[in-house]
Amino acid sequence: MLKGRLGGFLFQLIALLFAFGFVSLILISVDASPMDAYKNMFTGSFGSMRKFAEVLVAFVPLLLVTAGLLVTFSSGLWNIGVEGQVVLGAIATTWVFRYFLESGLHPALVITLAILGGMLGGALWASFTGVLKVFGGVNEIFGGLGLNFVSTALTIYLIFGPWKRPGVASMSGTVPFPDEFSLPLLFDLRISLWALGIALIGIVAVYFILQGTYFGLRLKAVGKNFRAAYLLGIPTWQYSMYSFLICGALAGAAGAMQVAAVYHRLIPSISSGYGYLGLMVAMLINYRAVWAVPVALFFAALNIGSIQLPILMKLDSSLSGVLQGALVLFVLLAEGVRQKFVKKA
Amino acid sequence: MNIELKNIHKHFGRTHANKGINLNIPSGTIQGILGENGAGKSTLMKILSGFIQADPGSQIILDGKPVIIHSPADAIRFGVGMLHQDPLDFSPMRVLDNFLLGRSGGLFPNRTTVARDFKLLAEQFDFSLDPDNYVDSLTVGERQQLEIIRLLWLGARILILDEPTTGISASQKAKLFATLKKLAEQSMTIIFVSHKLEDVEHLCSQVVVLRDGELVGATRPPYITSKLVEMMFGKMITLGERQAAQAGDVVLSLNNISLEDVRLKIKNVNLDVRAGEVIGLAGMEGSGQGIFIRACAGLVRPVGGRVQLNGHDLTAKSYHKFKHAGVNFLPASRLEEGLVPGLSLTEHFVLAEEPKGVFIDRAAGQKLAEDRIRSFNIRGMPFSTVESLSGGNQQRAELALLQSPLSLVLLEHPTRGLDIESVIYIWGKLKERCKQGASIIFISSDLDEILQYSDRLLVFFSGNVSQPLDANATSVEELGQLIGGKGWTEMGGEHA
Repeated sequence: MLKGRLGGFLFQLIALLFAFGFVSLILISVDASPMDAYKNMFTGSFGSMRKFAEVLVAFVPLLLVTAGLLVTFSSGLWNIGVEGQVVLGAIATTWVFRYFLESGLHPALVITLAILGGMLGGALWASFTGVLKVFGGVNEIFGGLGLNFVSTALTIYLIFGPWKRPGVASMSGTVPFPDEFSLPLLFDLRISLWALGIALIGIVAVYFILQGTYFGLRLKAVGKNFRAAYLLGIPTWQYSMYSFLICGALAGAAGAMQVAAVYHRLIPSISSGYGYLGLMVAMLINYRAVWAVPVALFFAALNIGSIQLPILMKLDSSLSGVLQGALVLFVLLAEGVRQKFVKKA
Repeated sequence: MNIELKNIHKHFGRTHANKGINLNIPSGTIQGILGENGAGKSTLMKILSGFIQADPGSQIILDGKPVIIHSPADAIRFGVGMLHQDPLDFSPMRVLDNFLLGRSGGLFPNRTTVARDFKLLAEQFDFSLDPDNYVDSLTVGERQQLEIIRLLWLGARILILDEPTTGISASQKAKLFATLKKLAEQSMTIIFVSHKLEDVEHLCSQVVVLRDGELVGATRPPYITSKLVEMMFGKMITLGERQAAQAGDVVLSLNNISLEDVRLKIKNVNLDVRAGEVIGLAGMEGSGQGIFIRACAGLVRPVGGRVQLNGHDLTAKSYHKFKHAGVNFLPASRLEEGLVPGLSLTEHFVLAEEPKGVFIDRAAGQKLAEDRIRSFNIRGMPFSTVESLSGGNQQRAELALLQSPLSLVLLEHPTRGLDIESVIYIWGKLKERCKQGASIIFISSDLDEILQYSDRLLVFFSGNVSQPLDANATSVEELGQLIGGKGWTEMGGEHA
């Protein structure tokens, strides 16, 4: 029973209960009611159309990042650098916008170019990690992490240096673009159906690449056994590079969405940590692209739902992070325990 | 120190690696342990040195006291030190730091006294080791010397050496033997594990032979080589009629190939392999046949000479170029190098084919897998992951991955660990390839297999390569002696 799909599901359900139990204990230890906290988080994310739209705003970049990470995970790479790739996507998008703002080109064309530029920027940044890994022997975790710091510094430099607001530079970012350079938003909500569409296209494309193409199969072979894949005739390092480029492009798209649909300018924390959050989602769903949408949506809801907690319950909004982290740890733990049982049986 | 091993058994799953071994080694003896790969020598030594535990009921008695050895650290407390084939040292550290490792007690070691001890020991055995040198700059022989004095310093009274003469120079070997003899005179007990007949005959005061986990014989000087060979390899088994080779065009041509790795140097090998011909590579593991076959696959770049395939020059080309030109290589470690654990049989067959378009045709893949599973008699389903198959079926799956047409098939231990039925089946499949014009080069440690299936064979010994021998005119005994390093001079010319 442990072996089958049902067994896996059962263990993950147990992990879910443990994660909530663990967070409840923390809440009780600070004299807060767990039930109230969960209820507030739920109403904070699904309580109204406006709140749900906010959830979707967080869902879009998270889903794009997760889609990209599914590719690098499949090829056996830990692309921690995804965070910096989101940032570079946002920087490249901002650059394209600034470049064409006065050009008189049709705004729709400029937006398209900006998004493509963002994807290119993310891919370029990912290629640095890839080159370091493939030609320099630098583990992608270290390379990626280093480049993340560089990307943050680059953002700050641009906001306070060359791209600073006229007069005084400020942490609130660069000068916002005119309204016509925003992706069209739905009614008076903050969500853009275009952005949502792009994110869904991203995950569907990744699903098909991994499930049905020669490319995806080769990628998986490289990830599961680099040496054997090479002996089977697969150009292994090239495939590592491709997967970095694809992940970088998708992360860059996430950054582009942050600029073109949400903030309309470059701000210091433009990625909002979605890169790292995406890593958690990707770990949680364990390569299975079909689960990306529900889990990313759940994580986005946790993020948005916890925003109200400081006001309503005097709890810090980082509670969502605690819950997300606990969830990932318990699911991984449950999987480890299950594997042990399966081996013994 | 006297050693008594009583009724040592060890099971690894279904494998019975040691089958009730009894052995007495009195103090001051240099005990030789002979046996081919997989005979159970290493298992026995690992039990004595605490790396693994024997099955319950086995007994180790040191100087009359029964002991239970839980770990290598435990072993050294009892005075048992083991020198591994690959010295277990920490390369980026200095010689003296390595020397200090493994010593219990003391947060801050007193480096000056330690350095003095080190110097004294090194002088006693005439080892010239610089304590401030980095370990990665040492030769294998020097690392061995370091390890020996480290074990002595830690209080070893029993020294186990596993294949110590592989990869060291002749002068280092002479020094090693002198050291061991000196230690034996000081009533240390030396256990010398080897497959090299000459070394064992030269050094040991008594010898036992292991085969298939059993102690099959013990002997004292003077040694009779032919008797040792017979004990090591057992009696001859005939596998039926040999098939004669048909002489075709030259497929692979090696011209003055020289190869190098950390341990070995192979010099100036010349070989022409004809279509349909099978070449067997014999030799104890690590004698050079591994890098030789990898050089034929394009995985190891020769340091000199030319490689030609069907008249095209492939010297210094990549493995993928070789593969494209019709060379396929099946490595010995199936799940590490040959197959991708986690992927199904269908996925493997799809991967091995040239892609048609972007999307995988699932129905075609399924059909391909069903065909291959049937024609290669694999016990598994198209969706079975390769790691769920048995060893024999993994081997068949690897064979089923071979491309068509092929010029050259390179195999490492194609039938190791397989039952006789699978062996005959696999060779049937390989001979079919030969009929289609492919040549085969294979490594095997099974002498009967080599003599049975190859047309010609090369023997490897410490990087020396014999002239191609006619398999028909070679006996198991001759081959066994050559593998053990005997009779090379009579053959004329050390390097083929």
